[in-house]
Amino acid sequence: MATLSGLYQDMILDHNRAPENYRQMADANRRADGSNPLCGDRLTVWLKIEDDTIKDVTFQGAGCAISKASASLMTAAVKGRTKAEAEALFERFRRLVTGDLPAAEAGTLGKLAVFSGLSEFPVRVKCASLSWHALKAALNEPDAVVSTE
Amino acid sequence: MSVMSAGHVTSPSILSTPAGSLSRQFDVERVRADFPILQQKVRGKPLVYLDNAATSQKPQSVIDAITHFYSGENANIHRGVHYLSERATVAYDEVRDKVAGFINARSSREVVFTKGTTEGINLVAQSYARTHLKPGDDILISVMEHHSNIVPWQLICEQTGANLRAAPITDDGELDLDAFEQMLSGRTKLVALVHVSNALGTINPIKQLIALAHARGVPVLVDGAQAAPHLTIDVQDLDCDFYVFSGHKVFGPTGVGVLYGRESLLQAMPPYQGGGDMIATVTIQRSTWAPLPAKFEAGTPMIAQVIGLGAAIDYVREVGLEQIASWEQRLLSHATERVLELGGVRLIGTARAKASVLGFVLDGIHPHDIGTILDDQGIAIRAGHHCAQPVMERFQVPATARASFAFYNTIDEADALVAGLLTVKKMFG
Repeated sequence: MATLSGLYQDMILDHNRAPENYRQMADANRRADGSNPLCGDRLTVWLKIEDDTIKDVTFQGAGCAISKASASLMTAAVKGRTKAEAEALFERFRRLVTGDLPAAEAGTLGKLAVFSGLSEFPVRVKCASLSWHALKAALNEPDAVVSTE
Repeated sequence: MSVMSAGHVTSPSILSTPAGSLSRQFDVERVRADFPILQQKVRGKPLVYLDNAATSQKPQSVIDAITHFYSGENANIHRGVHYLSERATVAYDEVRDKVAGFINARSSREVVFTKGTTEGINLVAQSYARTHLKPGDDILISVMEHHSNIVPWQLICEQTGANLRAAPITDDGELDLDAFEQMLSGRTKLVALVHVSNALGTINPIKQLIALAHARGVPVLVDGAQAAPHLTIDVQDLDCDFYVFSGHKVFGPTGVGVLYGRESLLQAMPPYQGGGDMIATVTIQRSTWAPLPAKFEAGTPMIAQVIGLGAAIDYVREVGLEQIASWEQRLLSHATERVLELGGVRLIGTARAKASVLGFVLDGIHPHDIGTILDDQGIAIRAGHHCAQPVMERFQVPATARASFAFYNTIDEADALVAGLLTVKKMFG
């Protein structure tokens, strides 16, 4: 059952209002731009990778509450993780927001589980995924531009 | 012929009231009853459809006309000698005459059926501009164009070496007339302008703009996709060279549109696509073209959709474009006033002459969130860049929320929009 309150939870509204890691990174060694041409959302993700580990991650951009909160929570979730761990997390997050993740596994996602209600709003899945796609692109190819369309 | 087909459930509609459209009272509830889709609930709430600039809903008479065609008249046209083919051909060609009357074309030969506004523009781009433009020539458009009146010209510029120029717009979303006039130069070989902006609602002084271009011998294409549902179009009075619009925005089906072209221009243009029905003779070596308008209608056309468009035009004429315009202006001014009362609202598009399009942004709240929260209350609006990214860039916004009204919308629905926006603001408080 699609409920609006399940989508716009306080945590999402809070991260939209005051996103974490919302800044450019002068000493980044990877970056990627993400855009959603149909809705006009755009963001940039900066990474500092050392020894295959995400030492720091930041973002900036213009987008809806879902995309901004998701980017904020993404940065918090992947900081300190290895590239492989971050990609595995993305895969679980993707399954969560598309409704493919068993409820029992949702707990392993920590704060990211706040997006479990998103699967009821299929057109908004791309909003929450944008920053993750940009992250993945930045991990794999420096100076990448990705689109969620 | 009555536009109310047999089997229609609402007999005493506005359509059956006596003539004299200006004097009679507009009864919105009666017209609403002609639109079955509006009777439904969405997410448990009555549907409030305010996305009419994207596509309009269809009256029962249009739905019935299409059903009736497929149930009793379907055959290919301009081919068979049999009864059904003759009937389908007559029905199809009658709509062409109807469209010619609707836009006051001199002749039905000037009316080409397309699959929509986009195809109409592409047809003119490929068949007219591509053969007329040379390196260094200009095509002049404006910043408020829909992507469909930008991208086809970019393709032509790549193919011919011509340059695309865009006249600026003011902070109110009006075309900057002085700048437009200055940009019309000896190099300008074609002007392509929107009649009514889909993102801003601006009604351009198109007759005046055409006169300015013609004074320099420059032909003008008018994108009338958003004008056709709201304004009376008279191509002779406008003196435009090409006028394009879509059926689905004037309460007709998707998949059909109209290109009006001045006969002398259409005559001189090569075909857009080759195929059946557009030829006079074919040998393996060469072919000759059918006379207008068949030259531009290759292949089996969208017959049922054309029939549906005919019913839509009948419907619009019965309701009356003056009635439609005055009711929509009432809706627009009411909604604009009430939305502004909410505070924290920035209107995008405040031209003096506007169609019933209300574009806005709310401080600190992204249009997509507005769209989703309104949808939860059964209210359909558009959120995004409206295929007009240069407009978004001009106003320095990533996207806008847009409520667009049709004559079947009510004051209560405008109020529902305002109540919905209040919920949005509380949620993001």
